Amino acid sequence: MDHMPENWGRPRNDVYGEYQSAIHNAGQGPQSRTQTPSITGTSVIAMKFDNGVMLAADNLGSYGSLARFTDQERLIKVGNETVVGISGDASDQQYIELLLERLLIEDNYPQDGHHLRAPHIYEYLSRVMYNRRSKIDPLWNAILVAGKNDDGSPFLGYVDLLGVTYSSPSIATGYGAYLAIPLMRKIVSEEADAKNVSEEQARKVIDECMKVLFYRDARSLDKYTVATVTLDGEVKMDKNVRCQNMNWRFAEGIRGYGTQKQ
Amino acid sequence: MYAEHFSEPATSHVASAPIEHQFYPYASNGGTILAIAGADYALLAGDTRHITGYSINTRFRPSIHTLENLGGPERAIVVAANGFSADGDALVRRLAQRAEWYTYNHNKPLSVSACARLVQTMLYGKRTFPYYVHTIVAGLDESGRGEVYSFDPVGSYEREQCRAGGSAASLLMPFLDNQVNKKNQYDAATGLPQVATDLPLEETLKLVKDAFSSVTERHIHVGDYLEIKIVTKEGVKVEYFPLKRD
Repeated sequence: MDHMPENWGRPRNDVYGEYQSAIHNAGQGPQSRTQTPSITGTSVIAMKFDNGVMLAADNLGSYGSLARFTDQERLIKVGNETVVGISGDASDQQYIELLLERLLIEDNYPQDGHHLRAPHIYEYLSRVMYNRRSKIDPLWNAILVAGKNDDGSPFLGYVDLLGVTYSSPSIATGYGAYLAIPLMRKIVSEEADAKNVSEEQARKVIDECMKVLFYRDARSLDKYTVATVTLDGEVKMDKNVRCQNMNWRFAEGIRGYGTQKQ
Repeated sequence: MYAEHFSEPATSHVASAPIEHQFYPYASNGGTILAIAGADYALLAGDTRHITGYSINTRFRPSIHTLENLGGPERAIVVAANGFSADGDALVRRLAQRAEWYTYNHNKPLSVSACARLVQTMLYGKRTFPYYVHTIVAGLDESGRGEVYSFDPVGSYEREQCRAGGSAASLLMPFLDNQVNKKNQYDAATGLPQVATDLPLEETLKLVKDAFSSVTERHIHVGDYLEIKIVTKEGVKVEYFPLKRD
């Protein structure tokens, strides 16, 4: 029996080597806001189709592994023809919403008939994200921006907490990059493929992806929002969509977790 | 035994070295770039794949940038900054801005050598928080000869005949040493080392396409498409060449 309480519940020295007491003594240190995210949203997925872009994100705000908030909206309409989908830290999402709100108000003052479109919003957000990462005080998010280009073609862009940016006809953040991208690339792999995909086809794939994500992503919800930006400049927000025709029979075949004996 | 288990009481340390999981401000976005200078051209090529980890983010993200310059199409400069793409983008946009200001301020085109020195100061200016990129600048000098400058992340640079940068640089560079600079090649008749000569553009294009096709086979960060920008006295010509997508 070890009578020193501070040694209890620690990795055994004889197995794991000398315990680094610095771990125990680590203070709060200099605190800045998001060194690590707390309430988080999981994947956002999006793909282009012949008449626009479709996005989806579920309504869950996770607190670690706890499904804390089940009514979070992570697809934000910015202006009249742009949708921004945000995954990652929820408080940083709210801050980004604030920034975009301010941006739009500023843009509206001149009343000159000019409206910010997706590429402009995207440029702004990517600068904000890169600037914050360069201050080592990142906004802990991965963001998709969907809308129309200046020439009227569909626009879809990605930017994350590092300021890394790219565009592709189908993009997903988080686990979506592993689970949804392969499904979406089946029908929209190249820019040209999008022209052969109808809104209905896109919706089918998006719904399928959200179902697969709910099957396998433990921080996801079967309730989600689908946003559709069409080239006629219309934004449809389909809220409180539920995963349909789920089949959980496969679950009993999974081994290695839970209480099964073998 | 008590003595065995006794370790220094955890409270006896002053919290001098807090252990924290810090945000890491860099990432690697793959891809490879390659530049070759010839007698009357300079060429800068790079694949268009953009990755993080094992994921392909996009198959088509052109990374060779053209700085339009005063004084005609032959004064154009091509630049690529490969590595952490957010830093690469930031560097190239700043460079493009500075190059534009230069032409306004001095009413003359920015020479490639001056551009290279500018890139050095910009890179070294962030010596304590570097742009995590391998940068290559290419164009034509005053006499119309191709020139290539390559940089390390903190601005150390050199003019060269050819240079590969990025993920598969270590696969490309020895091949270029051998095929462009004729390293370890001996004349069959005399037994003397071969001397490097300027390659004709047609030859170089074949070499570059073959090099990238081969590197695509051996490196998972490289693939999808090859973008080649060629600077001649006629201006900048862009060519795309498909690579394997697996």
